[in-house]
Amino acid sequence: MKAGFYIGAVLSALVLGLAVLSFVWTPFDTLQLDVANKLKAPNATHILGTDHFGRDILSMVMMGARTSLAVALVAVGIGMGLGIPLGLWAAATQGSWLDEIIMRGNDLIFAFPSLVIAILITAVFGASAVNAIIAIGIFNIPVFARLSRGAALSLWRRDFILAARVAGKGRARISAEHILPNIANLMIVQGTIQFSLGILAEAALSYIGLGAQPPTASWGRMLADAQTLVSIAPHTALVPGLTIVITVLGLNLLGDGLRDWLDPRLRVDRS
Amino acid sequence: MIAFALRRFGSLIVSLIVASFVIFAVIEVIPGDPASFMLGVNARPDTLAALQAELGLDQPLPVRYLSWVGGMVTGDFGTSYTYKTPVAGMVADRIWVSLPLALYALILSTVIAFPAGIYAASRRGGVGDTAVMGATQLGVAIPNFWFAMILVLIFAIKLRWFSAGGFVGWDKGVFAGLWSLTLPAIALALPQAAILARVMRSSLLDMLGEDFMRTARAKGLTRRRALWKHAVRNALIPVLTILGLQFSFLLAGGIVIEQVFFLPGLGRLIFQSISARDLIVVESVVMLLVFLVIVVNFIVDLTYAWVDPRLRRRA
Amino acid sequence: MTLLSIQDLSLSIGDVDILHGVSFDIAPGQIAAVTGESGSGKSLTALTVMDLLPRGTRTTGRVMFEGTDLRALDDAAMCKLRGNDIAMIFQEPMTALNPVQTVGDQVAEAILIHTDQTRAQAQARTRAMMDRVGLDSIALDRYPHELSGGQRQRVCIAMAIALRPKLLIADEPTTALDVTTQATILDLLKDLVAEFQMGLLMITHDLAVVADFADTIAVMEQGRVVESGPTGVVLRDQTHPYTRSLLAASAHQVDLPDAPDPAALLVVDGVTRTYRKPRMGLAKPGVVRAVDDVSFTLGRGERLGLVGESGCGKSTLTRAILGLDAVQAGTITLDGRSVFDGGLPVRRRMQVVFQDPYGSFNPRHRVNRLISEPFHLLDHPPTGADRDAAIARALSDVGLSPDDAGKFIHEFSGGQRQRLAIARALIVEPDLIVFDEAVSALDVSVRAQVLDLIADLCRKRPLSYLFISHDLSVVRTVTDRVLVMRAGRIVEQGATADVFHAPQHPYTQDLLAAAPVLPDYVFQEGPP
Repeated sequence: MKAGFYIGAVLSALVLGLAVLSFVWTPFDTLQLDVANKLKAPNATHILGTDHFGRDILSMVMMGARTSLAVALVAVGIGMGLGIPLGLWAAATQGSWLDEIIMRGNDLIFAFPSLVIAILITAVFGASAVNAIIAIGIFNIPVFARLSRGAALSLWRRDFILAARVAGKGRARISAEHILPNIANLMIVQGTIQFSLGILAEAALSYIGLGAQPPTASWGRMLADAQTLVSIAPHTALVPGLTIVITVLGLNLLGDGLRDWLDPRLRVDRS
Repeated sequence: MIAFALRRFGSLIVSLIVASFVIFAVIEVIPGDPASFMLGVNARPDTLAALQAELGLDQPLPVRYLSWVGGMVTGDFGTSYTYKTPVAGMVADRIWVSLPLALYALILSTVIAFPAGIYAASRRGGVGDTAVMGATQLGVAIPNFWFAMILVLIFAIKLRWFSAGGFVGWDKGVFAGLWSLTLPAIALALPQAAILARVMRSSLLDMLGEDFMRTARAKGLTRRRALWKHAVRNALIPVLTILGLQFSFLLAGGIVIEQVFFLPGLGRLIFQSISARDLIVVESVVMLLVFLVIVVNFIVDLTYAWVDPRLRRRA
Repeated sequence: MTLLSIQDLSLSIGDVDILHGVSFDIAPGQIAAVTGESGSGKSLTALTVMDLLPRGTRTTGRVMFEGTDLRALDDAAMCKLRGNDIAMIFQEPMTALNPVQTVGDQVAEAILIHTDQTRAQAQARTRAMMDRVGLDSIALDRYPHELSGGQRQRVCIAMAIALRPKLLIADEPTTALDVTTQATILDLLKDLVAEFQMGLLMITHDLAVVADFADTIAVMEQGRVVESGPTGVVLRDQTHPYTRSLLAASAHQVDLPDAPDPAALLVVDGVTRTYRKPRMGLAKPGVVRAVDDVSFTLGRGERLGLVGESGCGKSTLTRAILGLDAVQAGTITLDGRSVFDGGLPVRRRMQVVFQDPYGSFNPRHRVNRLISEPFHLLDHPPTGADRDAAIARALSDVGLSPDDAGKFIHEFSGGQRQRLAIARALIVEPDLIVFDEAVSALDVSVRAQVLDLIADLCRKRPLSYLFISHDLSVVRTVTDRVLVMRAGRIVEQGATADVFHAPQHPYTQDLLAAAPVLPDYVFQEGPP
């Protein structure tokens, strides 16, 4: 399993490196069209070939990495930033009407898959990368709220929490001081999972035209463009697709490795 | 059991009402005037007034909400502005593509994932387990629409076993209909099957560590028999949750896959409506999708009670 | 004629050697006890006989059952023996049964897989076995969660004896049960041994249980049998020093200083706490009176015991006294001020020590932060060098080193953790300490040391405490006065010595009669 962690770390670092590098350098300018060189198979100049406008696919992939990572990162941030406090709050007031409302609200959001949220937003506000962020972010909230509530509830039953209450500490303080640090590992692991799911979701939204709009580069839209060309220039579909697979695979392996390493099942002691 | 079902049914109704509020608010309240939104900035005043009257925008919000909900309940989904036809009819044609596709994929996913997960758990740490887990790791990472494109490239374009897109219609026979949904269903099902197999495996492994499994072994059951007779049913409890969630992913994922295969389903209807700014269609179809998801989760809840006797008496 | 003969059994997990040359025999109709503290390897010995060891264990030696070496059998052959000739019951009845299968099916399964009986025959046999273990009022289609712990353990026994095994292995079968339930289960097992002439291998940590139950006894320490023989001989002669120390610790008495003439400190008056029962169907949910009109007074400097079985309401009462949960009726005051709305000034005068040495501390904090947590209660908590000095003093008070302040909790043993818990309770010099089953999770020798520490602290300062426990022998030695609680009510209270010598209430009498005690001959004279 350790090998998986390192492979995951290397793959994730590679994609992150490409995205960061794209800020200072890409092999070609992705805004420059070069129709004479369109749909070239991978060759010495264009390592990964060119698309139907003659743009360099490696450069497009690098620019797309930026979009994918940014959308997924912000979406996970929204999910964690709102979901974890809600989950902790629900757990701290377990059984109260507040807990009930938070949990019912969660169930409700689960009835709106992120794609449906994106459809609603797009229908009213038009398509953009921000849509994708909001749609994926909203769907992430109940994921983190549920998970943190469940983990926090099992902690609230532990004696050390009772001891803190006997020491006169309030619910908010206990949540911040005792609960949060003990569920942090679990949240980090779930964060990597949601991050990779976010990348998949962003690709799907962009593919159907509900995500990033031109000229922002995006893996999903590269695939949408490639769809009609797949039989004459398979590399236009294979390269962005494999990039997504590698990125998600890398993040998942990293997440699994982290889980084994951080041991999120709260079996923290009792060794 | 009946009391449990009734209580669940109550929360189903509440969820539907709240969901309808949300959808109504997003579509009809946030844009301000839906009619001018639908017609765009260059609309002629008389056209605008006609549409406003048609949509009943001169009515107060509660009345509009109630007439929309009342219409949905009685099967009147409103009239599409673009096509001038009742939305109910358009939906009726398309739901017979989208729903069978989602169910087909759900069945495929379950049929693949359960044996794979059980096999991997029973061979824990062995070659078979490693192989299955490696495959699922890959399956989880593959975007279904890209997988669909690859399937088309191989099985439709190169091998010509399937057509590259479109739906023959159920009037050509059930088999022909299913055949044309097979590639889309596989594309939808395999990534979901990978997730389901992983959950099944880890849930089973959790069960293998339980005391009652040791009791079963002490009774003289072989490892395999203890797994099948005692672990599997217990392991199903968390798996069911995932299965319920998967249905909504498959339904939503179907919208994307319909694009790849040019299937005349709800997804295509939604996209055509979005580009035509036909809010009436979007509103009703989204409500329908959410309704389906909530109903499926209700069924999953009932199945829970069937699997887990501890739930039959308590909420 | 021996039924089971374990010969020179050694066992290791990974590189760690657990058992070293364990040997003992069991004859048909005989009860053989294997006893020892946690980590002695007694449970693994039992699992070796069943061949149900965790993965990665290696064994050497012989496990002869009716002349066959079980270690040489493959799993298919073992499956034919398990549940048929050799059966086993486990410690935790709450989790030992499959929660989604009826108890009848689970017992019948044992019959069906080993015989070619029809379902109907197996059902009839199951009914007979359930009746035999005293579950005649329990229908076969009940699920485990509908039964109490004692009833579930009886189901496990019915399952184990359904095919009249020649050998029954019982791994701490009564440890998770209340004393009155424990007594009835032990009686049942004894009857079954006599009736079926089966051998019983009994694994237990409790010497008092073994004393008038087992025919032979093997004492294990760190993977070795240090002493074995007929129970009476082993307990009387105590040839091995470990046996001697174990027996001494089991019956350990502490020397409490005389209690001062008490003035009322904690006054509990007419306290009632009810819970709503889980809703059954659509009917209005019922109400459980967890604490029902409880009144008592704890004097300054007094050591008060509270005994009762699980579910009697002692945990609910404890939480109310600590001001953690509100009550529906009655008042609880500390020195005249209510614990519920007195705020920090009242709270800082009470501290608590919990049962579980593993769950009582946040695993992510260091000891200095852990034991100084109650400083939060003070208006002007000490800082800097004062704080360090207070922490060092608290650690020394409980027999730990001031150097331990920088360590994490996982670096301490169970007994040390309970010392830390006491240090945490003492650090704000409270008027009242609540010991909530504070020594129940500890091995006897460690328990004796912690009890000594409590007595020692009493001599150094006037300590008032409420000592809550299900263990009568412990309450007897560390308290001046005792309350007996049952079903939410205090049924008897009085001076500890009086209550234990001449219990008035029938429930107290049952409780004392059921509690296993070491026979007097153990203590009559020291070994030569």
